[in-house]
Amino acid sequence: MNLPKIPLSDWIETLEEWLENNLSPLFDFIKLIIGGTVEGLNNALDWLPTLAVIIIFSALAWYIGKWKMGVFTAIGLLIIDNLQLWSQTMQTLSLVLTAAFISILIGIPIGILIARYNGLQRVITPVLDFMQTMPAFVYLLPAVTFFSLGVVPGVISSIIFAIPPTIRLTNLGIRQVPAELVEAADAFGSTPGQKLIKLQLPIALPTIMAGVNQTIMLSLSMVVIASMVGAQGVGATVYRAVTQVKTGIGFEAGLAIVILAIILDRLTQQVIKRSKA
Amino acid sequence: MAIIEARKLTKIFGNDPKKAIPLLDKGWSKDKILAETKLTVGVNQAEFSIEEGEIFVIMGLSGSGKSTLVRLLNRLIEPTAGQLLFSGQDVMKMNAEQLRDFRRKNIGMVFQKFALFPHRTVLRNAEYGLEVQGIVKKERKEMAMRSLELVGLKGWEDSYPEQLSGGMQQRVGLARGLANDPDILLMDEAFSALDPLIRKDMQDELLELQSQMKKTIIFITHDLDEALRIGDRIALMKDGRIVQIGTPEDILMQPANEYVERFVEDVDLSKVLTASHVMEKAETITLDKGPRVALQFMRERGVSSLYAVDKSMKLLGIVTADDAARAIKENLKLEDTLMREDIPIVSPDAVLNELFELMGNIRLPVAVTDDNGRLKGVVIKGAVLAALAGNTNVVTEGGDNHESA
Repeated sequence: MNLPKIPLSDWIETLEEWLENNLSPLFDFIKLIIGGTVEGLNNALDWLPTLAVIIIFSALAWYIGKWKMGVFTAIGLLIIDNLQLWSQTMQTLSLVLTAAFISILIGIPIGILIARYNGLQRVITPVLDFMQTMPAFVYLLPAVTFFSLGVVPGVISSIIFAIPPTIRLTNLGIRQVPAELVEAADAFGSTPGQKLIKLQLPIALPTIMAGVNQTIMLSLSMVVIASMVGAQGVGATVYRAVTQVKTGIGFEAGLAIVILAIILDRLTQQVIKRSKA
Repeated sequence: MAIIEARKLTKIFGNDPKKAIPLLDKGWSKDKILAETKLTVGVNQAEFSIEEGEIFVIMGLSGSGKSTLVRLLNRLIEPTAGQLLFSGQDVMKMNAEQLRDFRRKNIGMVFQKFALFPHRTVLRNAEYGLEVQGIVKKERKEMAMRSLELVGLKGWEDSYPEQLSGGMQQRVGLARGLANDPDILLMDEAFSALDPLIRKDMQDELLELQSQMKKTIIFITHDLDEALRIGDRIALMKDGRIVQIGTPEDILMQPANEYVERFVEDVDLSKVLTASHVMEKAETITLDKGPRVALQFMRERGVSSLYAVDKSMKLLGIVTADDAARAIKENLKLEDTLMREDIPIVSPDAVLNELFELMGNIRLPVAVTDDNGRLKGVVIKGAVLAALAGNTNVVTEGGDNHESA
């Protein structure tokens, strides 16, 4: 095979350059919004006394779940504080919540759209496959080019990696609404909007929430990778421990991520259960 | 003017469905069209008109196109060709907004599997059609409550559908269909998913409701008994085509073709035929005649008893041969020996099923009287058995007698 190599890498770099030169005001704007959100959230969590944050989260867990949830949350957060990983963990939480929030904000409307239009679904589905399977490091690079080092490219790559479940499950949830119910809604003269608000979204809610849960978990799994482009937090602690071969510190930081993951997972699972009832 | 009028209403499923229309005109069958063009004929040139206040039953086996046909009427399925008029208005020319308005205000629907919204309470389900119209909360609640009361669900408004039995769920479906007071109610196999006993109750209740509301009801069913019970007129469908439209009696007594005949063959006649179908002319006498005349009448007509009636055919009692003979011997008037009590009487609408019990215990024939007590005819055991054996001659003769009586 003596065919010349397709100059794909050249094309991509040309595109990257073009985007950087022409869309930089847009990137600056996005950076401002995302950076501001993460920072604001982090400042709020920082400003509150540690104990107050622990009490608020435990009470929330108790309220949403059972008392066991509240106790687990309290103990878990106290362990994190005891390991002196509190401020890093709060930075990570800010990053994860921001990424998850933006994913939901963008993902649910896209899911609704592709549930309505089959053609759009055929276009979007392979894009989602691409986003989920392309190694995260690869899109970390252009993210840094556009948004420079720091928390913002971390959030962006977390969103790219974590948004597909919300889109997919919103689409699935709406498509799974029984056809006879949709027919009934039509028979009584619902507009498409009324059908969506009064029937499809309420019935799809548990499925959509399962997608949101997955999105939060996936963005949490990105924190170490995000730390490689300068996102602060407990992910950065893990990364440093790995580069310096410090097993103990690495394990402590990893444990903090696990605790955070369990709390976020159980909380969203409870919300799913409630939305089914 | 008919409230619904369908002219050559047709639905073809598949790509480029219009090309099957000329083939239908040529009289090609559904199977032939499918084999040659891969198009499926859903409804084949249905022609009918439905009068206001009528219960119009569309009956057929599964796959006959009846569910498709009913969905053409509110355009849940878009017709391929033909014309559909609602009070003279062309339904097929309505744009999206006009169609929504038509569905909101003029045409309600009740579904086979109820299709209740599981996340809404009974009340909020009943309110749905009003809510999408933008009727304010207080008013729509009142209207929905009235509708729930009508179907006997008062007190259940805060329950969720899954907490109710099948029969009650379908009442919610009915209440939802009626809440906005539509002109037409489409009922797609509405009672088919219910237990037989509950189904019969619901049929009775529907008829009861209908006598108050006088809606136009288009009722889909695959059950002939149900069709005969509730239909003012029945349209029988096969392979997307309407093969016969007529009153229940037309369908039973004069099946238009072999298909209809086969369809009605299996019907449980004891639940369908009524006293008026099997009754014969009653031998009567008025009381101004004497006992000797009575005996003479009996001899001439070859019977052992006569029904005593007044001039307006109101039933007064029975004169038996024994009683007439006793009257002659003791020099009494007919009136004095008249048997007035314990005469078995039924209404003309009583189904044969109800007659069995009466006839089992009693030697006398059963008198058939209308609401005013006027004698319409008499049912004897032999005629009932003959009718049940499928001897339609006897049945039609009974019918003829009924006409002349």
